[in-house]
Amino acid sequence: MGYKAKFRVWRGDAGEGELKDYTVEVNEGEVVLDVIHRLQATEAPDLAVRWNCKAGKCGSCSAEINGRPRLMCMTRMSTFAEDETVTVTPMRTFPVIRDLVTDVSYNYEKAREIPAFDGGDVKPGEFRMQQVDVERSQEFRKCIECFLCNNTCHVIRDHEENKEHFSGPRFLMRVAELEMHPADVQDRRQIAQDDFGLGYCNITKCCTEVCPEHIKITDNALIPMKERVVGRRYDPLVWLGSKIGVVKRGKSTPKA
Amino acid sequence: MTDIERLRYDVVVIGAGGAGLRAAIEARLQGKKTAIISKSLFGKAHTVMAEGGAAAAMGNANPNDNWQVHFRDTMRGGKFLNSWRMAELHAKEAPDRIWELEAWGALFDRTKDGKISQRNFGGHEYPRLAHVGDRTGLELIRTCQQKIVALQQEDHAEFGDYDARLKVFAETTITRLLKDEQGRICGAFGYIRETGKFVVFEAPAVVLATGGIGKSFKVTSNSWEYTGDGHALALLAGASLINMEFVQFHPTGMVWPPSVKGILVTESVRGDGGVLKNSDGKRFMFDYIPDVFKDKYATSEEEADRWYDDPDNNRRPPELLPRDEVARAINSEVKAGRGSPHGGVFLDIASRLKPEQIIKRLPSMHHQFKELADVDITAEPMEVGPTCHYVMGGVEVDPDTAAASVPGLFAAGEVSGGMHGSNRLGGNSLSDLLVFGRRAGLGAAEYASATTVSVPDAEVEAAVAEAMEPYQRDTGENPYAVHQELQQTMNDLVGIIRREDELEQAIEALGKLRDRVGNVAVAPSAGATVTEDRGPAYHPGWHLALDLRNMMIVSECVARAALERQESRGGHTRDDYPKMSADWRKINLVCSLRDGVVELKRQEMSPMREDLLSLFELDELKKYLTEGELPAEEKN
Amino acid sequence: MTQTTVDAPAKDRARIPARTLRTDRWWSYPLTTFIVFTAWVIYATVRSMMGSSFWVEKYHYLTPFYSPCVSKACPADAADFGRFVPDHLPFFIPYALISLPFLLGFRLTCYYYRKAYYRSFWLTPSACAVPDKSPVRKTPGRYSGETRFPLILQNAHRYFWVIAALISIVNTWDAINAFHGEDGGFGIGLGTIILWVNVILLWGYTLSCHSCRHVMGGRLKSFSKHPVRYWLWTQISRLNTRHGQFALITLGTLALTDAYVALVAHGSFSDLRLFN
Repeated sequence: MGYKAKFRVWRGDAGEGELKDYTVEVNEGEVVLDVIHRLQATEAPDLAVRWNCKAGKCGSCSAEINGRPRLMCMTRMSTFAEDETVTVTPMRTFPVIRDLVTDVSYNYEKAREIPAFDGGDVKPGEFRMQQVDVERSQEFRKCIECFLCNNTCHVIRDHEENKEHFSGPRFLMRVAELEMHPADVQDRRQIAQDDFGLGYCNITKCCTEVCPEHIKITDNALIPMKERVVGRRYDPLVWLGSKIGVVKRGKSTPKA
Repeated sequence: MTDIERLRYDVVVIGAGGAGLRAAIEARLQGKKTAIISKSLFGKAHTVMAEGGAAAAMGNANPNDNWQVHFRDTMRGGKFLNSWRMAELHAKEAPDRIWELEAWGALFDRTKDGKISQRNFGGHEYPRLAHVGDRTGLELIRTCQQKIVALQQEDHAEFGDYDARLKVFAETTITRLLKDEQGRICGAFGYIRETGKFVVFEAPAVVLATGGIGKSFKVTSNSWEYTGDGHALALLAGASLINMEFVQFHPTGMVWPPSVKGILVTESVRGDGGVLKNSDGKRFMFDYIPDVFKDKYATSEEEADRWYDDPDNNRRPPELLPRDEVARAINSEVKAGRGSPHGGVFLDIASRLKPEQIIKRLPSMHHQFKELADVDITAEPMEVGPTCHYVMGGVEVDPDTAAASVPGLFAAGEVSGGMHGSNRLGGNSLSDLLVFGRRAGLGAAEYASATTVSVPDAEVEAAVAEAMEPYQRDTGENPYAVHQELQQTMNDLVGIIRREDELEQAIEALGKLRDRVGNVAVAPSAGATVTEDRGPAYHPGWHLALDLRNMMIVSECVARAALERQESRGGHTRDDYPKMSADWRKINLVCSLRDGVVELKRQEMSPMREDLLSLFELDELKKYLTEGELPAEEKN
Repeated sequence: MTQTTVDAPAKDRARIPARTLRTDRWWSYPLTTFIVFTAWVIYATVRSMMGSSFWVEKYHYLTPFYSPCVSKACPADAADFGRFVPDHLPFFIPYALISLPFLLGFRLTCYYYRKAYYRSFWLTPSACAVPDKSPVRKTPGRYSGETRFPLILQNAHRYFWVIAALISIVNTWDAINAFHGEDGGFGIGLGTIILWVNVILLWGYTLSCHSCRHVMGGRLKSFSKHPVRYWLWTQISRLNTRHGQFALITLGTLALTDAYVALVAHGSFSDLRLFN
């Protein structure tokens, strides 16, 4: 059943490197990560690759396969023709450490800026929430933090300078998750726009397209969040209402 | 050794899974400067793989549930070999640990009245598992991760530095625990994957939370990190391991295609009507019903099939026998040459249910096979076989403080031993992580308050020399090849069914492998465009060479303990000693290291406290305990 | 140097010369969208400025491009909402000048169309993992997304939605009027059916709007306390997953409806009558 596949893998570090050609055995039922592992065990023992569970549950083996952001463990070899060259490169948006491994610390820095869940005065064990109330945020909590959405988002992929003031779909979705958490008492709408760069999102939906967990990031998190921000900042009726005291606008939570 | 940076902490937690993160949170809450060392990126730990849920007797689904019932279930599951004190603490504290997660932002599935929903699971008398669909482990990790971020935000507000009192060292591997002249722990030594540079953590207290040992076996549901690091580090530091012979094999893991070998196939497939067949198309489980279960399981296919709709008037299908029985049966069929093409048996749901029903009842399994294996389980049978899932054994600890025998060393989670006895119940792992993670963090923080240490230079030098060894050898074996052989040996000879001659053979083979492990060489890393050595930065071959030492030591412990224990109990099945023995129940096998050689000794367990013993019926106790151990008043 | 062992040195992205390594036909979506939208805009512009062939007197068919017809030039029966706009305005002022700008605004600020035209006209980006080709790419720091004028006006979508919903009521009125027989009583023709199909799909598009979803219930923190709004939100969420489809299909039905009315009005062929 096996055949020899043509692989091109980006090798290099500190930005410098090149696509290197390999011919490697492929067996039935294998995924791209299996082939990379075979390369490690044979021709290239020092080929750096990040992986953990190999079951699409940890989100470690993010890379770009034939130019598309994907998890290597979830890309079956059977999706390619036998004579097709499979090109594997590291994620382009993040600095490369070595070979297929990138430095994703940007994501962890952004995570730290979002004010954490605040359940108010409710004591542990006394939370009462209905299933319908938790389902929206539960969808976002399926996220395995593979950072493919942040990698593919052109706001930072094509404009490095935006990293400073844009948190990427992953963390804008985290803000949405907290805003829709039935027990949370903070208001992060203002900072979503000012500090996390929600306004930079032009909803071209690439985050949703690449999400291996099939989370509807754009429709269920980013757009509802944009609408919430409108309610806080851009809605003239709300503004008028608050001026004459009909609408009560709570305090905005500052960035953490 | 002045070029190696020394970082001072009060508490160093090795491992960033559920137990490690919970320990670190506790140490930081106690005001200790804490480091979390993660072999992978932050939030990728193996805990994310846990599906079922976390067992805690909250009584949300059935008000009759309480800690005593949970305690009883745990002891029965572990066949009374559990550390009863750990089982008691676990049962009592699990609900608080779950509720705490909710206060940190976790979103569990809910009951109608808005409480945390609880589901049924094997061995639990009442619905007890708090869960989020089939991704409870991910929720647990993410919640702890986000709690750590919350604490870092507090520190940022106070000191202007997120890392002031709690720092995560991602992709950092510890290769040695360091000890001072008084024999106390004084820190840990390791390397940072990204740069390949060494680092020394100076700390009076170290918490091990490194998880399991599955990567010593060929077929496993565990990820690459599960190389028994904590088990080996503890042994090398002079601590001891108990119960290492008990390794849980899940009966149904995927065996084909190779890309997914070992990944779990949930028990619910069988619960919903899936049947096991051999290559002759026969439902072979009817041939494997043990005598003790004869009256509880169906003897004909017709009766078994009626059970799904009418469980009150029919006996259960034998596919639903306990995990160890099913795993053994599959093993026998394969050994008798009636296996599937890839060394498993067929698990067939396609011919039992309509495609729509399968997709509705088993969405994640359908998705898992479709996405990972391109197998449509509504049209064809799955190939399954036993897969190494969990190690019950681990570092011998004090139940209350999680302290190991070496001063300053603590352990929690899968790396610690005792809590689950000879067999772990599903759902008890996630709650174990939280209960004992917290206790370890607390124990370490208290200990660190009263202790100051400094790392002797000689310790660091020795650790550097050891870590550089495979790198400096010019000729030597490929670590990948040695690893594959170790896995094959353990799988074939110390697997699910064990025999004296095979175990002896394994020990001999391991002896030879030990020499080869000591001789692996790592080719210098050559870049694509640069021909010179790229150094040890992110060099997977080197990492594996270092991990091999740990897998080697742990494998020897497992093999030796398995040879020693001449009975079958829970996760240890001896073909030549198929019965459970009350005399062996009192015995823990303790593994330690003397001059680099694995040593084994028998150690009598402490008798269970009277009030706990009285939670059981005498008839039940008689099945497990010797005459002399039975409660005094009952004997009269 | 304060470089420590635990902090890694600064690194660069992998330098890969190829713009994109995608091997699939990623350009087909933006190209198709570009062609379809451009063609539609040209057709719609020409038709709405034509000032003729928009009303079939015999069956009371009014094309949506001229609804509501408020110019003094509109025939009396076509102008149920009054004729208050003077005749003889410049040719580019359409007869339906109170609705068309808002419908245009509604579609321009629509979350689906934004994706479509940002990808196909702005090329920011034209496809996932394909570099942004807009002029702003060349000047670092110029990309501001929807944070500045004019794109900050996208935030007014919910107001356009309210108006679009009102206009949908007008369109529904037109469809009811189209049950008009030759003898002045009840009648049904193919045109009636076309107008109804169009208006039903227009409602589908309008109600599946993201702003509508937000207003109906999405803005709530707790659903269980508002069961009616939760029900509405659930129904709209269902429609919302097809919002893009509705957006495209209604482009087609609008053009088709208009073309049918135009051809019948012009006398190119006569309406197929089913009843009276």
